[in-house]
Amino acid sequence: MAADVAIAAVSADLGVRLHTLPWRPMSEAPVPLDRVAIRLSVNGVARELSVAPERLLVHVLREDLGLTGTKEGCSVGVCGICSVLVDGELLSACLLPAVRADGREVTTVEGLAGPNGELSAVQEAFIANGGFQCGICTPGQVVAATALLAEHPQPDEPTVREWMTGNLCRCTGYYGIVASVLAAAGQPAPDSLRPPIEEIAPLGAGPGGHADADHASDRT
Amino acid sequence: MSGWQYIRPASVAAAIELLEAHGDEAHLLAGGTALTLLQKQGLVEPGVIVDLAAIPGLDGIDEVDGALVIGPMVTLRRVETDALVRTRVPALASTVGRVATIRVRNQATLGGNLVHADPAQDPPPILLALDAQVDLEGPEGTRTVPLSAFFVDVFETVVAPGEVLVRVRVPVPAPGARVGYEKFLPRTVDDYATVSVAARLDIGPDGTIGAARLALGGAASVPMRADSAEALLRGARVGEVDAEAVADAVREAVDPVGDIRGSADWKRDMAGVWARRLITRLATEGSAA
Repeated sequence: MAADVAIAAVSADLGVRLHTLPWRPMSEAPVPLDRVAIRLSVNGVARELSVAPERLLVHVLREDLGLTGTKEGCSVGVCGICSVLVDGELLSACLLPAVRADGREVTTVEGLAGPNGELSAVQEAFIANGGFQCGICTPGQVVAATALLAEHPQPDEPTVREWMTGNLCRCTGYYGIVASVLAAAGQPAPDSLRPPIEEIAPLGAGPGGHADADHASDRT
Repeated sequence: MSGWQYIRPASVAAAIELLEAHGDEAHLLAGGTALTLLQKQGLVEPGVIVDLAAIPGLDGIDEVDGALVIGPMVTLRRVETDALVRTRVPALASTVGRVATIRVRNQATLGGNLVHADPAQDPPPILLALDAQVDLEGPEGTRTVPLSAFFVDVFETVVAPGEVLVRVRVPVPAPGARVGYEKFLPRTVDDYATVSVAARLDIGPDGTIGAARLALGGAASVPMRADSAEALLRGARVGEVDAEAVADAVREAVDPVGDIRGSADWKRDMAGVWARRLITRLATEGSAA
């Protein structure tokens, strides 16, 4: 029954055309359904799924499609770890009924890199600028930053902070995150965002490093 | 089986039929932020989700006869960024822009926000201050309800079984009106307000306050107006407003509920403090939210 629900005319160039398609009424199905056929684009790949009405996009992405880059954290729309783009708009996959992705173009963190795996400018900037520590929040951070830069290609620092407010980092890595987003826009980070990292010895050199012969012998 | 069912009707009339057919088991889906959270908290029983997403005409923003007419499916982010809203009722745009985060505002809708009737939300106080009304369409036709008569209790409104909120009407303030909003956020910037205050002062050419509105969020089981505080403002010279007396009237008027954001007594006091700050600002600086 659910398969008969024609909701959107999906074609091979789905990712391009879906953007302008509105939701379609289920006029062919005058009675409520236990399962709903949805057609969507996920990271440019057309998908047809049958979902229970109460399932959320985060679970469909992770459990049905194996896209585990989108995490479930607070599960109440606060922490931002489940951030995804739906038709380019930043949304919480933990709050979005999967049926609402019907006919839409969903981008997850797995879809940010290029076709040959080359990282996006945002991803590169997070690596180059220490935009993460433990990394659990990073998928949401880079997705949110991608949405921000799509709307504001040259954001000032307050704009970055306003947008990234919704993405929590419990390692308190916010300086690095703001610096990373600014760097992705080609802007140098202000001095206020630069921790005195020259005081931290690089791996393999200085006190405590493996190349320090005295300390190495102490440990043996 | 989960017990949940789903349907996406093509018209308000069809949605009303579904609401009538399924009674208490029907749940309207607008943006989905509130309904999803209520599901997770077990506060709604499984039932029939009636999705409003495919109904044409519920997502418009227009100006008609001196009022903005906003569709219930308009997201809070659109209210915040829409050129017409920002030009005609800037305090509404800036206040709605203080709800949670951009990510939440991208999903939550104005209609959903109102029918959810959470007393600590940001849009209700500013809409009360602006004398907003809502149109409710049901089996018997359409009725218009002032927002001041809309909220009944926590999560409860006058929307009757079978009715759908189809329009929010926001009168454009008179020239010279000063409108503002203050939100007390002792925890984080994306939090619900501990208490919030909205006000509108219509000011005549001679500097006398005509109509005055003072509304509060988080200060009772419903978003509320403080009539006694409004009476103190009405007829006063804008430069001679006794903001301390207004604050005292607010403290008398509110009936807060203690929760993790503070005790009832503290919220009562803070409602007075933030009302004094807002009225002082509007009286001395003019509009800003």
